Amino acid sequence: MKILVCISHVPDTTSKINFTDNDTKFDTNGVQFVINPYDEFALTRAMWFKEKQGATITVVNVGNASTEPTLRKALAIGADNAIRVNMEAIDGFSVAQELAEVVKSGEYNLVLAGKESIDYNGGMVPGMLASILDYNFVNACIGLEVEGDKATISREIDGGKEILSCNLPLVIAGQKGLVEEKDLKIPNMRGIMMARKKPLSVIEPVSSETTTSTKSFDKPAAKSACKIVEADNVEELINLLHNEAKVI
Amino acid sequence: MSVLVFAESTSEGKFKKTSFEVTSYGKKIAEELATNLVVLSINASENEALYKYGAEKVLNVSNAELSSFNAKNYTSIIVQAAEKENAQVIIIDSNANGLYIAPMVAVNLKAGYASNVVEIPSSTAPFTVKRKAFSNKAFNNCSISTDVKIIGLAKNSYGLFENEVSGSIEDFSPVITENNLKSESIEQTTGKVTIADADIVVSGGRGLKGPENWGMIEELASILGAATACSKPVSDLGWRSHSEHVGQTGKPVAANLYIAIGISGAIQHLAGINSSKVKVVINTDPDAPFFKAADYGIVGDAFEVVPKLIEKLKEFKVNNA
Ligand SMILES: Cc1cc2nc3c(=O)[nH]c(=O)nc-3n(C[C@H](O)[C@H](O)[C@H](O)COP(=O)(O)OP(=O)(O)OC[C@H]3O[C@@H](n4cnc5c(N)ncnc54)[C@H](O)[C@@H]3O)c2cc1C
Repeated sequence: MKILVCISHVPDTTSKINFTDNDTKFDTNGVQFVINPYDEFALTRAMWFKEKQGATITVVNVGNASTEPTLRKALAIGADNAIRVNMEAIDGFSVAQELAEVVKSGEYNLVLAGKESIDYNGGMVPGMLASILDYNFVNACIGLEVEGDKATISREIDGGKEILSCNLPLVIAGQKGLVEEKDLKIPNMRGIMMARKKPLSVIEPVSSETTTSTKSFDKPAAKSACKIVEADNVEELINLLHNEAKVI
Repeated sequence: MSVLVFAESTSEGKFKKTSFEVTSYGKKIAEELATNLVVLSINASENEALYKYGAEKVLNVSNAELSSFNAKNYTSIIVQAAEKENAQVIIIDSNANGLYIAPMVAVNLKAGYASNVVEIPSSTAPFTVKRKAFSNKAFNNCSISTDVKIIGLAKNSYGLFENEVSGSIEDFSPVITENNLKSESIEQTTGKVTIADADIVVSGGRGLKGPENWGMIEELASILGAATACSKPVSDLGWRSHSEHVGQTGKPVAANLYIAIGISGAIQHLAGINSSKVKVVINTDPDAPFFKAADYGIVGDAFEVVPKLIEKLKEFKVNNA
C-alpha cells in the first residue's frame, strides 16, 4: 500500500493570533508551528497501516521552506519520505490542485488528510482534491480499514455515525476517533536522527490558479466583563438568562 | 441568473433549522443582487415551510433511491440544479453533510468556496465575505474571484428572518449515476438533541471528577432541551464519548447558550465554543480563565450549584410553561 498523508503547517493551539501589514498578514513572530492536529491523526493511522499491513508513507506539504521542520517531524514520527511543493499556500483550491499532481505522479491510491487546518479552517482541501482526481471521498472520518482494494470507513454525522464502504482510490479527511489520543506518537531520538537522512524532495508548482484571496483579518470585538452571580442565588442566574440574555 | 440554496432535510423529510437559516440568508443575497432565490430540496415533505423565509421557487427532487444521503449523488444534484438555474451564488449549511459536499460542488462548478461565513457579503464586486478563521480567534475577509461562488454559512451566524412569499414548487429529476460509495449502516442516537442542532449546550469538564457524576449534567440538559458536551480530557479519559468533545480539536459549538461546568477554559476549549452567543461558567476557582470569556459566572462547587439550579429551573419551567 502506498499512502500519501497531507500535512498542514499551522500555529500551535496556544498561539496568540495577531496580524501585521495593516491586518493583511498573519504575524508569525514568536509563533510555534506544528503538524495540524487533524493531520496528525491521519499520519498516526497511516503508521498503523505501515506497522500492521506493510505500507509506505509519503508526507506532503504545499508551502515555503519554513514548513520543512514540520515535515521533518512527520518523518521522525515514521513517514518514509517527504515532498514539499514550493508554493505559498494561498487558497484551498490551489493547494488541492498541487496535491492532485503529486497524487497522480506518485500513483497513490490512499490519501489521508485532516478535516480542516486549524489556521484558516477552510475544510476544503481533501474534498477538492478527491473531486479533481475523481477519487472517492469521505469527510469527518473516524474509522478506516483497508483490505486489498476495499475500504470500510466510518464518518461522524450529526448525532451519530455512518459506516460506508467503497473501492480505492480514496481520500479521507480525518479527525479524532480515526485514532485515539493515546495512539499519537512523540518522536524519539532515534526517529529524529533517522528523519535527517530520509528524503525530502522539493518540487515546483504546476499552476498558480486561485479562486479566493484574503483581503484582511479582523479580531473579535472585546467582550464585556463577566457578571458574577452568588452561588446561593441561582434564581438570579435564571432571571438574567431569561430577562436579560433572553436565551431561556 | 439566480441564488441557489440547498435546504437539507432529515431522513423523515423534515427540514433542519439551518435550512431556514440558509434560506433567509439566500433571500437577502438575492435581493442585493436583484435576482431570484431558488431553494433545492431532496425528499422533503414540507416544502411550503420554506416560503415563510422567502423561497420564491422550490426545486424539489423526490426519488426513493435518494432516501439515504450519498455524497456523490448529492453533489451531482446540486451541480445539476446550479447549471439548470444558472446560479451565481450557491449557499450550503455547515452541518456534517454540507461540509462534506461543498468542496466537491465547488470543483465541479469551477467555483470558489468560502466556508464558515458569518455575514452577508460586505461587497458583491469584488464578492467579499467575512469568515471565521484561526479557530474563532479571528475573522478573515475573503474575496471569491470566480463567476460562480459557493458560501458555506456558519451555523447560527445569520439567524432566521421571516419574509413570506407566495412561492411555487417545481419537480426536478436530475440524472443519478451509480457509484461504489455505499452506506452500510447508520447509528444515530434518537431522542437526544445533537450538539450541531442544539440551541443550548450543557458541557462538563474534569472538575466533575468522574463519569458517575454526569447524571446532573444530563438532567440539567434535559430540562433545558439542551445537548450535552464535554472538554477534551473528559473524552480522552473515556468518561464521555468522543462525539461530545468540543473545542478547537473537537466539535465547534455555536449555540445560543453554552453552560460550562467544571471546565477551566483553556485556550483550545474556548476557541471551539466562542461562537456561542451567551456563555455561563460554574467553577470553584475564581481565577479560572473561563471567567474572562463568560457572560455570566458562578464561583462555586458544581456539586452544590447544579442541583440547586436544576431545582429552580424546574420551578421556572412550570411557571413559564
Ligand atoms: C493540541 C491541543 C488541542 C486541544 N484541544 C482541546 C479541545 O478541542 N477541547 C478542549 O476542551 N480541550 C482541548 N485541549 C486541552 C486543553 O488545553 C485543556 O487541557 C482542557 O480543556 C482542560 O479540560 P477541563 O477544563 O475539563 O479540565 P481542567 O483544566 O482540569 O479544569 C477543571 C476545572 O474544574 C474546576 N473544578 C474542580 N472541581 C470543581 C467543582 N467541584 N465544581 C466546579 N468546578 C470545579 C477547576 O477549578 C478547573 O478549572 C487541547 C490541548 C492541546 C495541547
